[in-house]
Amino acid sequence: MEPALPREGLEDRLRVDKCIKPAAPRGNEDSVLVIIAEARLSKVLSFPQPIRGADLEKPLSRKQPEGSRLPIPPPKRSMIEILTKSSLLNASSKKFTPDYQSLDNFASQRHHQKWDDPSSRDHDIGIEPPSPNVVDLPSEPSSSIPCNPNDQIKITDQLGGQMKEVFVEATRLHDWEPRAMLTNLSFLEQKIHQLQDLVHLIVGRESRVLGQPDKLMAQQQQQLVTADLTSIIVQLISTAGSLLPSVKHNISAANPFASQSGQLGSTSGVISLERSNGESKVSDHSDQIELMGNCVLEQNYADQPNQCASTIKENDSKDDEDGGERENLPPGSYEVLQLEKEEILAPHTHFCEICGKGFKRDANLRMHMRGHGDKYKTPAALAKPTKESGLESMLIKRYSCPYAGCKRNKDHKKFHPLKTILCVKNHYKRTHCDKSYICSRCNTKKFSVIADLKTHEKHCGRDKWLCSCGTTFSRKDKLFGHVTLFQGHSPVLPLHETKGLSGPSDHGVGSTGFNFSSVTFSESGLQNDVDIKDNADDPTGCFSPLNFEACNFGGFNEFPRPPFEVPESSFSFLSPGSRNYNQKTGEATSSDDF
Amino acid sequence: MKKQKSVEGSSSLVHLTEEILFAILDYLHGNPLDKKSFSLTCKSFKAVESRHRKTLKPLRSELLTTILNRYPYVTHIDLSLCPCITDNSLTVISIVCKSTLRSIDLSRSRFFSHVGLSNLVMNCSSLVEVDLSNGTELTDSAAAAIAEAKNLERLWLARCKLISDIGIGCIAVGCRKLRLVSLKWCLGVSDLGVGLLAVKCKEIRSLDLSYLPITKRCLPSILQLQNLEDLVLVGCLGIDDDGLATLKQGCKSLETLDMSSCPNVGRVGLSSLINGAQCLRQLILAYGSPVTLALADSLQKLPKLQSIKLDGCLVTCCGLKAIGNWCVSLKELSLSKCLGVTDEGLSSLVTNHKDLRKIDITCCRKITHVSVVNFTNSCTSLSSLRMESCSLVPKEAFILIGQHCHFLEELDLTDNEIDNEGLKSISRCSKLSSLKLGICLNITDEGLIHVGMCCPKLIELDLYRSVGITDSGIAAIACGCHGLEMINIAYCEKITDSSLRSLSKCSKLNTLESRGCPRISSVGLVAIAVGCKQLSKLDIKKCYNINDAGMLPLAHFSQNLRQINLSYCSITDVGLLALASISCLQSMTILHSRDLTPNGLAAAFLVCGGLTKVKLHASFKTLLPQPFLEHIESRGCVFQWRDKEFQVEVDPKGWKLQLQDTSEF
Repeated sequence: MEPALPREGLEDRLRVDKCIKPAAPRGNEDSVLVIIAEARLSKVLSFPQPIRGADLEKPLSRKQPEGSRLPIPPPKRSMIEILTKSSLLNASSKKFTPDYQSLDNFASQRHHQKWDDPSSRDHDIGIEPPSPNVVDLPSEPSSSIPCNPNDQIKITDQLGGQMKEVFVEATRLHDWEPRAMLTNLSFLEQKIHQLQDLVHLIVGRESRVLGQPDKLMAQQQQQLVTADLTSIIVQLISTAGSLLPSVKHNISAANPFASQSGQLGSTSGVISLERSNGESKVSDHSDQIELMGNCVLEQNYADQPNQCASTIKENDSKDDEDGGERENLPPGSYEVLQLEKEEILAPHTHFCEICGKGFKRDANLRMHMRGHGDKYKTPAALAKPTKESGLESMLIKRYSCPYAGCKRNKDHKKFHPLKTILCVKNHYKRTHCDKSYICSRCNTKKFSVIADLKTHEKHCGRDKWLCSCGTTFSRKDKLFGHVTLFQGHSPVLPLHETKGLSGPSDHGVGSTGFNFSSVTFSESGLQNDVDIKDNADDPTGCFSPLNFEACNFGGFNEFPRPPFEVPESSFSFLSPGSRNYNQKTGEATSSDDF
Repeated sequence: MKKQKSVEGSSSLVHLTEEILFAILDYLHGNPLDKKSFSLTCKSFKAVESRHRKTLKPLRSELLTTILNRYPYVTHIDLSLCPCITDNSLTVISIVCKSTLRSIDLSRSRFFSHVGLSNLVMNCSSLVEVDLSNGTELTDSAAAAIAEAKNLERLWLARCKLISDIGIGCIAVGCRKLRLVSLKWCLGVSDLGVGLLAVKCKEIRSLDLSYLPITKRCLPSILQLQNLEDLVLVGCLGIDDDGLATLKQGCKSLETLDMSSCPNVGRVGLSSLINGAQCLRQLILAYGSPVTLALADSLQKLPKLQSIKLDGCLVTCCGLKAIGNWCVSLKELSLSKCLGVTDEGLSSLVTNHKDLRKIDITCCRKITHVSVVNFTNSCTSLSSLRMESCSLVPKEAFILIGQHCHFLEELDLTDNEIDNEGLKSISRCSKLSSLKLGICLNITDEGLIHVGMCCPKLIELDLYRSVGITDSGIAAIACGCHGLEMINIAYCEKITDSSLRSLSKCSKLNTLESRGCPRISSVGLVAIAVGCKQLSKLDIKKCYNINDAGMLPLAHFSQNLRQINLSYCSITDVGLLALASISCLQSMTILHSRDLTPNGLAAAFLVCGGLTKVKLHASFKTLLPQPFLEHIESRGCVFQWRDKEFQVEVDPKGWKLQLQDTSEF
C-alpha cells in the first residue's frame, strides 16, 4: 500500500522534529543534528523557486558539499556489516567531515522524501548545495576544514544551550575514543529496542483495525520510526567512522571495485532495513543475489559518469535523448543498465575522498588530489585510469530510465533504450524533473536542463511568429505549417513595439498558475499524488519540453514520479554512495510489492 | 461628326434613349478628346457621358474628388498618371466609389501606405483587381490590409520588396478568390509564402514568381493548383534540376511556362516539371541551359505546344534538328541571340514546321542565304519575322521574303544588307504594320517609296540611322500610310522640315523620334504640333535648330504630350515655361540646352505639376536650391542627374565602323 507520508506543511514537519528531540538521550547528538539540519533544510528548500536562476548555477555547483556521492571505502563497509549484521550503509568516514556531509545528504534526502518526493521537483535543489541565500545552513562545511566551527556555532545558537555540549561531543567523535564508542553502542542498543517496541505497537494496531483508520496517526508513527532509524544509522556511521582512523581512504582510493561492491552491499542493506522497519515489505533475496552477481557489470561503468560529465560540456547543444537517430537494436542484443534517480541528478560524479569536494570530471579530481599530498602527484596517480577489461567493450550498453511507466523504462512495452548516460541524464531531467531554470528574458520558458535554457536564451526575444489564433512560434516555417493546416488562421504581423510587453504578460497567467499549483502541491502532500498517478504514467517524454509552453503540461512536472517509488527512495539516503547502481530488477520487484 | 451633332441641336437628340447614347459612346474610344466634346454638347449629354464612363485615368490627384463625383459609375481607376497618391486620396476614392469600384491601378503611385489601402479595401468591398506594383515602400501591413479584400481576383505586387512571407501569408488566407498573382521581384517572399498562397488560393490561374528566392519546396503545392495556366519562374535561381527531379507530377492545366534565366534547370528538371502538362502551349526557356538533343527530345511529348522561345540559349545543331522532328507543329519560334544557330539546324527546323507564324532570329549571325531560302519556301504564312543583325544574309535574300511571305505584318530588318530591290519586294506584304529598317545603309528613297505606296497599314516605321533616306521617301510614307503612329527618323541627317510637314498629315502619329536631324527646325515642329494632336512622345535631341518658336505652338497644340527630349536644342526659359503648361507632360530630358537657367527650370518644374521624371545635367543639382528639389520630389517627380560630356555628332558610316570595332573586341 502507499506509504503513509505526511500531508502537513512545514510546521507539522518541525513539530515532528521537536517530538523527537526531547526523547533523544545524550550521546544522540548526531541524530539531533541531523534532524535539525533537516528541518532547516526543508525550511529553506520548501521555497526555492524564486531565487533560482541560471546565473546561480555555477557558484552553487562548485560549493557542493555532497557527501552522498563519496565512494565508500570498503573496509568500512564490512565493518558496518559486522555491526549491523545486514550490510548496512557505507558512509562512515575517518573524519567528521564526510560524515557530516552524509548527514547533510541524509537531511536532504529526508527532505526529499517527505516534502518533495513525489514530484522530485526540487530534487536537484535538495541535493544541490543550498543556494547562497541560505548562508547559515549548517550543512555546508568548507571542504578543506573538516569541521567548520562557525557553522556549528550558528547551529548551536539556534539549538539552544543544551545542544552545545552535544556538539562538542560530536566534534570530538572522530578521534578514536573507546569510551565514547561504548556509550554510543549502548545507546544504539537502547534505541533499537525502543524502535522494536514502537513497531510492534504499530503492527498490533494495524492488525486490530483493518484498513487505515487514522492516516495522520500512521504517518506520524512512521515518521517516528524513520527518525529513530535515522538516528540509529547515523550513530552507527559515526561510531564506525571513529573506529577507523587511517586505513580506509588508502584502500578505497586504490580500489574502485571495492567501493562499488560496497555500494552494492549497502543496497541490500537498504532492503533489509526495510524489513526491519516492519512494514511487511518482503524484499526478494534472489534479487539481492542477482544484484551482487552483477556487481562486475556495475563496476564496469563506474567511470561512465565521468565520461558523460565530460561530454556535457562538449555537447553544449541539447542532444537528442536518443543520441541521434533512433537505432534499431534487437532487444537482448544489448545490456540494459539503469541508474538511480539520485545518480542521474547528481551534479558531481567524482568526489575527493579526503575533503569530499565533488567534481564533474575524473581528471579534475586527479588534479585536485595533488593538493592532498605528494603521493597523489606521481605520474601513476595522475594518469588516466585505463579501461579495465576488453569485456566491457564487447557489450553494447543501453540505458533505462528509472521512471516507471516511461517509454524509456525497460519495463515499458515499447521500450526504447537510451544510448548514453548523458542521454539518460538529459532525458530524466527534461521529462521527469521540474523545470527550474526559467528564462530570465521572457520569464515564461522553463527548462530542467541548463543547456536547453542557454540554447533558448540565444533565441529568446527574437522574432516571434504569431498566428491569428494567438499561438506563437519560434520559427517561421512552423507558423506557416500551422496556418496551412488550419482554415481561417492567418499569420499576424509582428508588433515590434508591443512584442516585448504582450508576450510575457500573455504567459504570465500560465506561469503563475503553475507556481501556484506547485505550492499547493507541496502542502497537500502525497494523497494528491496518488490520484495523479495515472497521469504520471503518461509518456511525457514524447514531448520535447522545448516545443511547448511549460505551463501546458505543468501538471506533469508537478507529479513526475509515481508514488510507489517513494518508500524505497526514502531509504536510499542510507546508502549515500550506492543508490546509484541499484540493479533495476531488484528495485522493480521491491516496488511491485507495495 | 461632333460638330454635326451640335449643329443639329440638342432638341432632336434628347429623344435618344440612354441606351442609344451609351452605344454611341462605346464607339468613341479612339481619341479621349472625343468624349470630352460629346459631354460638352449639352447638359443631358454630359450627364449621359458621366453615367457611361466606367474607366478613369486622371492626370492629377488633386482633382480626384471632383471627377469622382462627376463619374459615379466608374469601376476602374487607373492612377498611373498620378505619381502622388496619399492615404487621403485613397480614402476619398474609397468613400466616393464605395462598392462600385472593381479595379484600381496604383502601380505608378507612391506616398500611400497600409492606412489608405485599408480604407480602400474596407469601403470598396467589390474590388477585384489591384495593382500595387512598384510599391517599394509598402510593407506587410499593406499586404495585411489587402488581405481584407475578400473578392480580390487579380493582384500585382511586382517590386514590393518589403513585403515578406507574413504579408503574402495574410493575402493567401484573406483573398481566397485570387486568380492572378504577380510577385515579381518581391525579394522578401520565399517558399513559405508562395507555398501558402498555392495551398490557400485554389483558383489561381496565373502566377508570376519571377526573381523570387524560392526553391523546390514550394513547387509541389503550386503544381497542385488545378486551374493554373500561366506560370512564370523567370530568374528563380533557387530552382534546379535536383529539386525538380523529385516532383512527381507536373501541372496538368498549365498552358504557359516561363523558365527564363533559370540556368540551373536543365533537361531533367524541365521534363519533370512539364511531365503531364498536356495543355502546354507556350514554353519560354530564354537564357537557360543549352538546347541540346536531349533537351529537345525531352520536350517532344507536349501535344499542344505551339510556341517555344529559346532566346539567348546556346543552341546545338542536333537540338534544332530534334525540334524539327517534333510531331507538333510550332507556330512561334524565337531564337533571338542564340549562339550556335546555323543554316543546317535552322533549315531542318523550318522545313518541318511549315505552320510557323512568328520567327525571331535576331542576331543569329551565322545564318546565310540558305536559311532564308528555306524558311521563305516552307513558312509562307509567316506573319512576323525578326532578323535584326543577320549580317551574313546577302541583299538578294530579302527579295525572297517579299516573294513568298505575303502575310507578314511585322518585319524587323534592322542592321541588314537589304537594298532598294529587297524593299521593293517586301512592299508586296500589304498587311505590313511594323517595319524596322534601322541602320540599313543600302536603302534609299526609291525603296521606301514602294513601301509607302503598297503598305497602307503601316503603323510603325523605324529608319534609325538609315542615312540614305531623304524627304521624298518620308513624303511617300506619310502619303501612303495614314495610320502611321510611330516613326523614327533619328540621325537621318538629310531630312528637313519638309518631311515633318508631310508627316503632319498622319493624324494618328503619337511618337516621333527625330533625334540628330540637324536640318529640322521649329517650322517643321510647328507643323507636327498642329497636325498630330495625338503626339505623346517627342524626341528632338540634337535638333539644334529648334528653338522657342517651335516650343510655343507645341505647347499650345500638343496637349497629349507625355514625354519630350530637348537635349542640345536651342530653347530658352520662355520655351520651356511654355512647354510646362502641357498638363500631361510627365517626362523631360533636358541636357546641354545652354540657354536654360536654373530659374527658368525651376519655374517650369513648378508649373508642370504632372512631372514624374526629369533628366538634368548634374551641374544643375547644385544650382537649384535643395528645398525646391525636395518640394518637386514630394510631388512625385524623380530627378535623374547625368554628367555626360557635350557630344559632337560623328559621321554615320564612321559610327557604324566604330560600332563594329567595339563589338569585335
